[in-house]
Amino acid sequence: MLQLIQNDKIRETVNGKTVITKKPELLAPAGSLEKLKVAVHYGADAVFIGGQEFGLRSNAGNFSIEEMREGVEFAKRYGAVVYVTTNIFAHNENMAGLEEYLKAIEEVGVKGIIVADPLIIETCRKVAPKLEIHLSTQQSLSNWKAVKYWKQEGLHRVVLAREVGAEEMRKMKEEVDIEIEAFVHGAMCIAYSGRCVLSNHMTARDSNRGGCCQSCRWDYDLYENVDGEEKALFEDGDAPFAMSPKDLKLIESIPHMIELGIDSLKVEGRMKSIHYIATVISVYRKVIDAYCADPENFTIKKEWLEELDRCANRATASSFFEGEPSYKQQMFGFAPAQMKWDFAGLVLDYNEETQMVTLQQRNYFKKGDTIEFFGPEIESFKMEVGQIWNDKGKEIEVANHPLQIVTFKVDRPLFKNNMMRKENK
Amino acid sequence: MGKPELLVTPKTVDHINELLNAGADAFVIGEQQFGLRLAGEFTVSEVQEATELIHAANKKVYVAVNALFHNDRLDALDNYLKEMQKIGVDALIFGDPAVLVAVRELGITIPLHWNPETTATNWFQANYWAERGAKRAVLARELSLDEIIEIKENSKLEIEVQVHGMTCMFQSKRKLLGNYFLYRGEAMEIENRKENKKMFLHDKERKNKYPIYEDLNGTHIFSPNDMCLIDELTEFFEAGIDSLKFDGVLQTEDYITTVTNIYRQAIDAYFDQGEDAYENVKEELLEKIEEIQPPLRPLDTGFIFKETVY
Repeated sequence: MLQLIQNDKIRETVNGKTVITKKPELLAPAGSLEKLKVAVHYGADAVFIGGQEFGLRSNAGNFSIEEMREGVEFAKRYGAVVYVTTNIFAHNENMAGLEEYLKAIEEVGVKGIIVADPLIIETCRKVAPKLEIHLSTQQSLSNWKAVKYWKQEGLHRVVLAREVGAEEMRKMKEEVDIEIEAFVHGAMCIAYSGRCVLSNHMTARDSNRGGCCQSCRWDYDLYENVDGEEKALFEDGDAPFAMSPKDLKLIESIPHMIELGIDSLKVEGRMKSIHYIATVISVYRKVIDAYCADPENFTIKKEWLEELDRCANRATASSFFEGEPSYKQQMFGFAPAQMKWDFAGLVLDYNEETQMVTLQQRNYFKKGDTIEFFGPEIESFKMEVGQIWNDKGKEIEVANHPLQIVTFKVDRPLFKNNMMRKENK
Repeated sequence: MGKPELLVTPKTVDHINELLNAGADAFVIGEQQFGLRLAGEFTVSEVQEATELIHAANKKVYVAVNALFHNDRLDALDNYLKEMQKIGVDALIFGDPAVLVAVRELGITIPLHWNPETTATNWFQANYWAERGAKRAVLARELSLDEIIEIKENSKLEIEVQVHGMTCMFQSKRKLLGNYFLYRGEAMEIENRKENKKMFLHDKERKNKYPIYEDLNGTHIFSPNDMCLIDELTEFFEAGIDSLKFDGVLQTEDYITTVTNIYRQAIDAYFDQGEDAYENVKEELLEKIEEIQPPLRPLDTGFIFKETVY
């Protein structure tokens, strides 16, 4: 385990009690307006979204300019901000329309763009100077001198390569005065970002313009070329060669990240569900807040860790944060595990007098199921579902219609947009 | 219009002599601590030796410092750059902006070639790095012919394009081969696997074979085909592309020497005798390459005529 080194620049002692005064930003992914609202509601300080052009997830639900405007306005009401990913490496043909696009993003009140190509950096500076410019992880920024370069170029923030560890981050912070954003949770590239064109070769899709088809997650057989003869380097029953990394999870290293002075903690996953975003963001929110409020007496609660695991469908690891990851941080011969808990319903209303919840069904559940409610206003709790009524007031045994409105009794208070999940048996 | 430079990758100092005889104009050398995926390893004193040899023949030598650096190699990088300044090599090939910062701070006067591998994709970027001191841009291998020509037409610096050899399609910092063997309870060191550059991944669905090896910079995976543009050079000549590179990584010395000479013949035919001479000889030159092509390495034209979507 890494040693936790206190950073005097980020703390203050008031009446004998130490608090952290420099709280990092919690940055959430949002693949749609609904996800943006959930992320903000569950505690994100900032969200990053993709527009319809110049971003890297061509499959993610991307925002129109009008949706961006609505997202920015919603975020603003909660004191949160919105960044837009414009992190392709453009080809000549992609240059058209860039100026108008950046001006439109600026006009709707987006705070900054996440960008890798100097074309977009320089164009933004010229036509949309109010936007902050954040260097994307696509540049695989791995050392402090390169950080210094981008500082000299006037960037507001750099997102580090996924290959940068805690001690390297410390040195970067010591050497250069610039905001640093680092990944804390989610699926990772196994290659240096931007330096992988497997998709281009295997499927004629350009990975650096949003076409990545995740060829790195496929299985391969390893051979040796012995004088032109192919010799297999595996035997029957051996797992195939694989390069799939476990997903990043740094929840237990959040105190380290805060003490390092990292400015923004980034959760990956614009393709993930609202259940995933709500769960992950709410748990990171709790850990950041608890540590900053009382760093000396902080311990991570077992419930938080358990809660985070409820939306995980893959094994997790610390990646490069504590040093070079071993084979134990990769997945070999694995079958994709099922989620332990499924998102089952979204709270629309709760009547304190009758103790009845009105819920929008998001997954099959029935009378007698063990379910759990969670949300930013409540401590998570489990219960067994009793009698259920549909929206016509008719008693039903099962809630099996997507998005149907149902009511049932819950004896603890709930709030709009709390979520209900169901254990997978 | 002058002849484009024929840029090659020697494996050893002795190999340079052969390549000079075969008609190479310029050489990329270096060592893996600073440079990526080199055909051969050259220590600082070998760079010195190579430079003397190459300069005596009035040819050029470029040293690769195009690794993605982490903090732990920055001090060594400074020392290396100072050594290169003393030796007087003709260019430094870089991708990481840390090199630019170091060069400025140390007062290094060697010209810079910008080469970030996969991410050099448009002419604006090329000019951006030119304004910051680069004299040449080495274009991504994933560009089409039209894109390359448009970049050349719109950029203010020399343009280098790979015309032959393997291309890298993946670099991870992780030790993916070592990890695979460790997962199976074996160690890479057994049977000299650590230094083994003969392994490949078999992709059964696409029936492709991708060379793979590990070094100080992590794990590298290469294209299933060797790019070969020996019979497609006219448009590069007409566009005035400044440097044509044959990357000989993972090839034998003999192969590199022979192919270098074949490209020499192509360039000389076009520029000394005219377009028709090249047109007449190009099929024959292609056949000569096909004759010596290793059995597991089919030839193709890379992305020159292939469209990618996204």
